Amino acid sequence: MPQHIPLKDPGGEARIFIARTLFSVLLVLALLGVILARYHDLQINDHEIYRTQSDRNRVQLQPLPPKRGLIYDRNGVLLADNRPSHILSIVRERVEDMDATLADLQQLLPISESDLENFRQKLQRRRPYEAVPLRFRLTEEERALLAVNRHRMPGVTVDAQLVRHYPHGALFSHAVGYVGRINEREAQSLDERDYRGTFHVGKVGVEKFYEDLLHGEVGYQNVETNAHGRVLRVLERFDPVPGADITLHLDFQLQQTALAALGEQRGAVVAIDPLDGGVLALVSTPGFDTNLFVNGISSADYKALRDSPDVPLFNRAIQGQYPPGSTVKPMMAMAGLQAGLVTPESTVADPGWYSLPGDSRRYRDWILKIRGTGHAPRVDMHMAVAESCDVYFYDLARRLTIDRMHDYLSGYGLGKRTGVDTTNERPGVLPSTRWKRDTMNQPWYPGETLSAGIGQGYMLATPMQLAAATTVLATRGQARTPRLLRSVAGQTQPIDARETITAPPDYWDAVHESMRAVVHSARGTARKIGEDIRYQMASKTGTSQVIGIAQNAIYVEAEVAERHRNHGLFIAFAPYESPTIAVAVIVENGGGASAASPIARAVLDAWLVDEAALDSEATAGALADG
Amino acid sequence: MGDYVRQLQFPGDSSDLSRRAPLALRLHLDVPLLLLLVVLTLFGLVVLYSASGQKMAAVVRQGQYFLLAYGVMFLAAQIDLKRYQRWSPWFYLLGVLLLVGVIFFGVGAKGAQRWLSLGGFRFQPSEILKLVMPLTVAWYLSSRTVPPRFKYVLACLLLVAIPSVLILLQPDLGTALLIAASGLFVLFMAGIGWSYIVGAFLLACASAWPVWMYVLKDYQKQRILTLLNPESDKLGAGWNIIQSKTAIGSGGWEGKGWLNGTQSQLDFLPESHTDFIIAVLAEEFGLRGVLFLMALYLLIVLRGFWIAVYANSNFGRMVAGSITLTFFVYIFVNMGMVAGLLPVVGVPLPLVSAGGTSVVTLMAGFGLLMAIATGDSGRPR
Repeated sequence: MPQHIPLKDPGGEARIFIARTLFSVLLVLALLGVILARYHDLQINDHEIYRTQSDRNRVQLQPLPPKRGLIYDRNGVLLADNRPSHILSIVRERVEDMDATLADLQQLLPISESDLENFRQKLQRRRPYEAVPLRFRLTEEERALLAVNRHRMPGVTVDAQLVRHYPHGALFSHAVGYVGRINEREAQSLDERDYRGTFHVGKVGVEKFYEDLLHGEVGYQNVETNAHGRVLRVLERFDPVPGADITLHLDFQLQQTALAALGEQRGAVVAIDPLDGGVLALVSTPGFDTNLFVNGISSADYKALRDSPDVPLFNRAIQGQYPPGSTVKPMMAMAGLQAGLVTPESTVADPGWYSLPGDSRRYRDWILKIRGTGHAPRVDMHMAVAESCDVYFYDLARRLTIDRMHDYLSGYGLGKRTGVDTTNERPGVLPSTRWKRDTMNQPWYPGETLSAGIGQGYMLATPMQLAAATTVLATRGQARTPRLLRSVAGQTQPIDARETITAPPDYWDAVHESMRAVVHSARGTARKIGEDIRYQMASKTGTSQVIGIAQNAIYVEAEVAERHRNHGLFIAFAPYESPTIAVAVIVENGGGASAASPIARAVLDAWLVDEAALDSEATAGALADG
Repeated sequence: MGDYVRQLQFPGDSSDLSRRAPLALRLHLDVPLLLLLVVLTLFGLVVLYSASGQKMAAVVRQGQYFLLAYGVMFLAAQIDLKRYQRWSPWFYLLGVLLLVGVIFFGVGAKGAQRWLSLGGFRFQPSEILKLVMPLTVAWYLSSRTVPPRFKYVLACLLLVAIPSVLILLQPDLGTALLIAASGLFVLFMAGIGWSYIVGAFLLACASAWPVWMYVLKDYQKQRILTLLNPESDKLGAGWNIIQSKTAIGSGGWEGKGWLNGTQSQLDFLPESHTDFIIAVLAEEFGLRGVLFLMALYLLIVLRGFWIAVYANSNFGRMVAGSITLTFFVYIFVNMGMVAGLLPVVGVPLPLVSAGGTSVVTLMAGFGLLMAIATGDSGRPR
């Protein structure tokens, strides 16, 4: 480094400044050149790329969720409609501090834990700038609160969407089912494209079974949005295709009648039109308000439903598997005729009990403990059905053997799902030697055949199966798959029919006669409900034992005594000559068939009498007097 | 040489300047610089109207800032350069004291204390240093030979370091670097040896690693990482850069037209009226507009150097050179960061970005330049 003399040298100093200034100018020019090159690169060389990106920014493809199809009963009564509901959503990218925003929102309006959990899950799988729903069904007041506070909560939006509503609350809970918010598991199995913009999906029942029909097709629109996602202009639009409106066979009046007749009792009613298999009524009590589930049930409500000893969420009509008891007797009688083991005239001695040859064990008839003796010294088929004689059917069962019994009874659809168009149906049990070997790995014992002959033991059936079996009796062997769906967008659905039992008419006549005597004879087991009746029905009572059947793990210990009373069952079809309705009723722990038969009568009355006969009050009065 | 220059610039006898000199000279205004500034600020208001979402109120407010800033510039131009020279150490002391005050009594947000609050009026002491720093270093060197000797260089570095470190502690890395640079530019103009400059450059490179490890805060590291790969965090820190590059690139040569930039008008571009305003200009006026702005800036910078070269004292030359270079650094850093060349630091586009403080400071600087250009006290002896 040169040693400078500490003297001022203005000329030299000026030269230094000029040199440094020149250098600075060159530096400035070079750096500006770099900047210019960069802008040239962005604006000229890559212009196309950025122009496309800018358009993609500006233009957004927005899903237009389809309107879910409506559900009507057979007379056009609305069972499920859509109502505008206001939804609080959050766009993640617009929120500065998510936790603070959520805390702020919680100050304003109630947000449940499940809402939050649902929200957090959806937040994981959203697309950029997609609004994620947080709270559904905002009240007027909540919307006002949000509107006032919106300015200090960027990213929070309120949108109106059509959301499922069930106008009749619990009345159709088990018949129609419900929709609920799409959960994580469903989100993975549903077609992501079809469900863009849709928050709800059918969870149970018709709503789930006909999800594809009801959902419709998603539409799209190209919109110009600002960075806040606010739509400024619609550039292009593909309308969604709304879901199909569907009409069910269900009859609002009949459903109401059945529910009222069951009252506080636990049980189920299934009514089917034997001609087309249409399900006219499907009631399981207790029910629940399906609206609770649409927007996420609160954990308290859900706990109450889940932990209730009456298991309201359990659809007894299709999931409840009960021993059919004596309701199988008409089918057994028919099997005996078909197999040539009995004739309408043949009789069996009835001391009130029965024992297998070479076995001293007595199988009792239910009448023994009432009368101390049998129904009559000798019992024929007619009496055996009308008075529900066990001994007759013990004897028939023994001679028929379990495997042939299985074959004949399967013609009525027992032991397998009826295929009704709803979810969670159970198949029941129609035992056979093979069934026992397969499921329990045990041989069949002869005594078990006798139990099966009167619908006890291993045999289990759902009310839906019993109602379907009753239609087979009513139609003389013509089975129809039970159907809830009657028509789609006005188009009547085809009937799924096949002949499952082929037998001479006089066999059917004999069995029908015996079933008519259940109500319409002096000694019939259900003669009580025959009073004042304006039509004739064929029916059968049933009582099924609860004790000893490992079925009800769901029942709590505290109520064991009441819960161990027998179930009451009743099946019937009417009018006798040309049946238009078949019904199966079960009353859990009703004590006996007498709990079930009046309910069936009420349902049949509602279907047969109310509309036809009431047009002439005078005639009705005269009939009642006579 | 100095006399020759003075004659070229100011023909006539300087002794009766007040009577015979042109009005501009009597008012201590440098006409070319003033014209360039007026064009720039007017253009800035046009861009701001679009960038603010077509809010006239924003333009009016910025116009008021400009009027205030021109006033400050005019006043700054009237003060004799000797006074600046005399006052600068005292202002320096005051500035350092205020910076210490910020550490103890400062207010701020997001973990940074940058303001002092006096009777409801908030201001950043670091803003004062932007002008005081070059003045002080120049004051220190003006009484010594040029180029400065080693011990004086060390003293200068200490003068630069004290306020810089204090600002770094706030923490405000961007401002600290700019203020340090404005002091170092004085040293550069004073002609310190290239060995110092190269050595300092090597030292800076060597210290990069410890600085990254121990000095930089997480958000500062994030800005640098985001610069290197904006796609890594599309919706977070990278959002600004992606959107600004999209805005600039989609403008093309001609631009989308004033008020027609979709990126800025539809709010995709963040900070569109402040630090990222160049992206609005680039989107709506295209590369043509960018070139126009760069030409204006270049002319201002060249005028600044012109004034530096023809200043008639070392003090004036060093201050003018430093102010001009610092002004250019603002331009370079802002245009570079918005285009994704440099990390996002809070540097506004000079005289175009909305905001009052920076405009007033910049215009005070230009007032100082005019005082250097038109003052007579520093004329050759």
